[in-house]
Amino acid sequence: MVLQAISLVIAQTIVLLAVSPFLVGLIRKVKARFQCRQGAGVFQPYADLAKLFRKQPVISTTTSWIFPATPYILFASTLSAGLLVPAFASQTPMNFAGNIIALVYLLALGTFFLILAGLDAGSAFGGMGSSREAIVASLTEPAMILSIFAIALTAGSTNLSTIVHKTALMEGIVTDPSPHLMALAALFIVAIAETGRVPVDNPATHLELTMIHEAMVLEYSGRYLALIEWAAGLKLLVFLTLIANVFAPWGIATSLEPAALSIGLATYLMKVSGLAVVMGVIECMFAKLRLFRVTDLLGVAFILALLGLIFFYILRG
Amino acid sequence: MFEDHTATMTFLLVGLLAIYMAGIILPPCFPGKPRIQNLVAHGLAAGAGLAGIALGLAGLLAPEPWTASVESTIPFLTFAIRLDPLASFFVLTISVVGLAASIFALGYVTEFYGRSSIAAMGSLFNGFLLSMTLVVIADNGFFFLIVWELMSLLSYFLVVTEHQKADVRYAGLFYLIMTHVGTMFIMLTFLIFFQGAASFSFEAFRHPEQPLPGGMRMLAFLMALLGFGAKAGIMPLHVWLPYAHPAAPSHVSALMSGVMIKTAIYALIRVYFDFLGGQFPWWWGFVVLLVGTTSALLGVMYALMENDLKRLLAFSSVENIGIILLGLGAAMIFHAYGLKELAALGLLAALYHTINHAMFKGLLFMGAGSLLYAAHTRNMEEYGGLLRRMPWTGLFFLIGAISISALPLANGFVSEWLVFQTLFLSLQLPALFLKLMLPIAAALLALTGVLALVCFAKAFGLSFLALPRSSHARHAKEVPMAMRIGMGLLAVWCLGLGLAPMIVVPRLDRVIGPLTGVSISDKVLALDGWALAPVNVQFSSISPPMLAAMLIACGLLGLFLAFLFGGHLVKRSYKTWGCGINLSPRMEYTATGFVQPIKRVFSTIYQPTIKLETEFLEESRYFAKRRRFAFHIEPVFEKYLYSPVVHVFMRIADRLRILQAGSLHLYLAYIFVTLVVLLLFAV
Repeated sequence: MVLQAISLVIAQTIVLLAVSPFLVGLIRKVKARFQCRQGAGVFQPYADLAKLFRKQPVISTTTSWIFPATPYILFASTLSAGLLVPAFASQTPMNFAGNIIALVYLLALGTFFLILAGLDAGSAFGGMGSSREAIVASLTEPAMILSIFAIALTAGSTNLSTIVHKTALMEGIVTDPSPHLMALAALFIVAIAETGRVPVDNPATHLELTMIHEAMVLEYSGRYLALIEWAAGLKLLVFLTLIANVFAPWGIATSLEPAALSIGLATYLMKVSGLAVVMGVIECMFAKLRLFRVTDLLGVAFILALLGLIFFYILRG
Repeated sequence: MFEDHTATMTFLLVGLLAIYMAGIILPPCFPGKPRIQNLVAHGLAAGAGLAGIALGLAGLLAPEPWTASVESTIPFLTFAIRLDPLASFFVLTISVVGLAASIFALGYVTEFYGRSSIAAMGSLFNGFLLSMTLVVIADNGFFFLIVWELMSLLSYFLVVTEHQKADVRYAGLFYLIMTHVGTMFIMLTFLIFFQGAASFSFEAFRHPEQPLPGGMRMLAFLMALLGFGAKAGIMPLHVWLPYAHPAAPSHVSALMSGVMIKTAIYALIRVYFDFLGGQFPWWWGFVVLLVGTTSALLGVMYALMENDLKRLLAFSSVENIGIILLGLGAAMIFHAYGLKELAALGLLAALYHTINHAMFKGLLFMGAGSLLYAAHTRNMEEYGGLLRRMPWTGLFFLIGAISISALPLANGFVSEWLVFQTLFLSLQLPALFLKLMLPIAAALLALTGVLALVCFAKAFGLSFLALPRSSHARHAKEVPMAMRIGMGLLAVWCLGLGLAPMIVVPRLDRVIGPLTGVSISDKVLALDGWALAPVNVQFSSISPPMLAAMLIACGLLGLFLAFLFGGHLVKRSYKTWGCGINLSPRMEYTATGFVQPIKRVFSTIYQPTIKLETEFLEESRYFAKRRRFAFHIEPVFEKYLYSPVVHVFMRIADRLRILQAGSLHLYLAYIFVTLVVLLLFAV
């Protein structure tokens, strides 16, 4: 039993680590094709990571121990958050370790240290990135909590595994899906903002007027940058997994049979790839918003989540 | 067995009182020797702190509440004390922070040698700790008011330690007035209870001879909320906190923010759940919830904009009191609907956050004190680069910052998580209005939480990281050992309370049990205590030890992967790219700049005014000679709520001035007239 749990955790860790760079590559590829470019192959991020790991890191002389520690903390917190979300099997052994609030706060731990690291090098770019990340994070979190709660109401739980498992087994299925759809839309906007994608942030830019996440990590190089990039990919995967499995858990392995697990893994890969393609398309269709217009977008997410909640209670009577 | 227990408690309490009394009396016996005064006063306070911790623990474990009383010749006044689990919990909290603050003070007050009287500071410090302890164990309304007033006055004297400065005197006066307005409401509360009880004993308050009518109970509720709320610093009665807490010496600020405002939380729980027996309509809880949400959100918003580190911490105390009241308000709502287990959960969350806030706010105020000690300024714009110069202070401050931001593995996370779960469980309430309101409160709590994260990222990042921004910061040195031990002690408590909820929850359950009538310890602790669950493990759970293990394992995995793919590479050090010129502190982001986007987004709340004056060269309007930039945030409450009241009072006082003409004959006439009137009444 314990052995089974440990192997499941290890399997999920490997899947998360292995799949996340692929999604980043996939989004880049989709964007390239939409812009009528050939683009790099979908496996380019793996080569990038390998290259970064082998490079000698340069550390600024003004920094303290926070700077080299942050990549490890960010990597650890993002990966831990990933282990709380059921990926290919609906019952994760880590279910009891934390619910959705724990997930939100684990991601916040990474953000906290990234903000500090951005300030540590003493350059104005880092501070700019930290300051902007702070406002985006402040506006996304309420919407995220509310949208997840709107979903949790149906399943009667805020533990992700329980939500996914119950929905997959069609327990507590809703008669009217509108609360779910609203929460889905809200969570999608939150995912875009949290993972630093267009129209909130542009991961491909190094222009000081627009960058948020890239500005914070501007001083990083070598293995530190590799870990940060990997963690960014992981965060993207965590959000896509969350959306895929909370709203459409079908196909996920509800038992631990080898057959169910392999079907679960295959559908999981298809679902997150599909969502990544959608994200790539969105990136091509919208221009990046000005920082102070992002407020409106995230306000919409909050209102949608709130409406989802109200609808749930009204429909229930 | 039971007699043994009584003997232990008596011994501990007498010991505690004796040490504090010695701490009050002895320091002035060594005139002209500040070192000895310091050692005696704060050494004794630390000893009393240890005795207090023992007493608190004994009271929490005792099978029955322990009482003692001494009659007095004054009618209605009995020096009665009662140590039930609720009181013991607060004695424990006060004593832990008291112990740490005393050790910290041993190093910190060396700053004041030759400037202020160490004997007076030491005696007042002991007296302040003693009065706080007595407040929570008093079992008589009259006695309670006396020690409450003592606590207020002694803390006022401590606030004005540096009375040479005009702003300190202003802060002291503000505090003195606000606390007495509060005390007036508390007196009214107790007078209302006296109507039914015909006695000031708390036992009579609990079981009055004639039950109070509904209207009077409601009045008692509101008066208590106003009276104790003024002390706790709820919005809009919070205005004195950002003045008084920064003005006090830092070890006193740690006590005031960490524990003194918690005595008000104690009193609120005592009045609502004990005296009123938990019999109240749901809207009382809703009022508390509303006050809590407002205080939490606005408290953190004003904290964000502060560049004075101690003012920032004071505003953050308003926020945390708000979070505690969110738990308490939710508990009251559930209790009103008869959902006892959920009410117990709400109280658990509130009390857990109470002790957590005491630990991390005490720690952070001591950290701010250390920065003040080392860099001689409270302005964050003049710090910077201090982590390399003060590694221990930096580490402890970081632990405090992580705790207060409710990030995993520290204590704030556990209690805020519990508050979230309490609010989410509103789905069990019958009323639709509350079903919607409580999740909205949770969303606003999420906003509060993330703004607190930004606020403390700012506080830590701007103070401790990058290049020093002033010569003070450049020459800062690590603080003395005693100060580091004081901070270290609370840092350990912060981590311990965060990682071992299975030890904390059963103790808190003993506090809550008598108030709600149910025990939820078994239901909250799932999986042999390894996980926490809000009554129902299906609904949600967290396991702090498991999360810690996961984080450490994943961090090690990161290290391993870096080694696996990259091998061992030596880091190269090089200066930060400064766009071609040498990096200077002036190129760094400032504290004001850091929060500018937030100020802009929430400009409705801040009402910021920006004044930009430009003086141009006479020759051309294209060249500026000098620019002045001023920016400030409207102190909304002071301007629109307090100023009008002060204005009215001043005008009335002006009118009344004619009475005080300065003529002795007139004053004698007043006395004569008063006498005649009184005699007429007597007849």
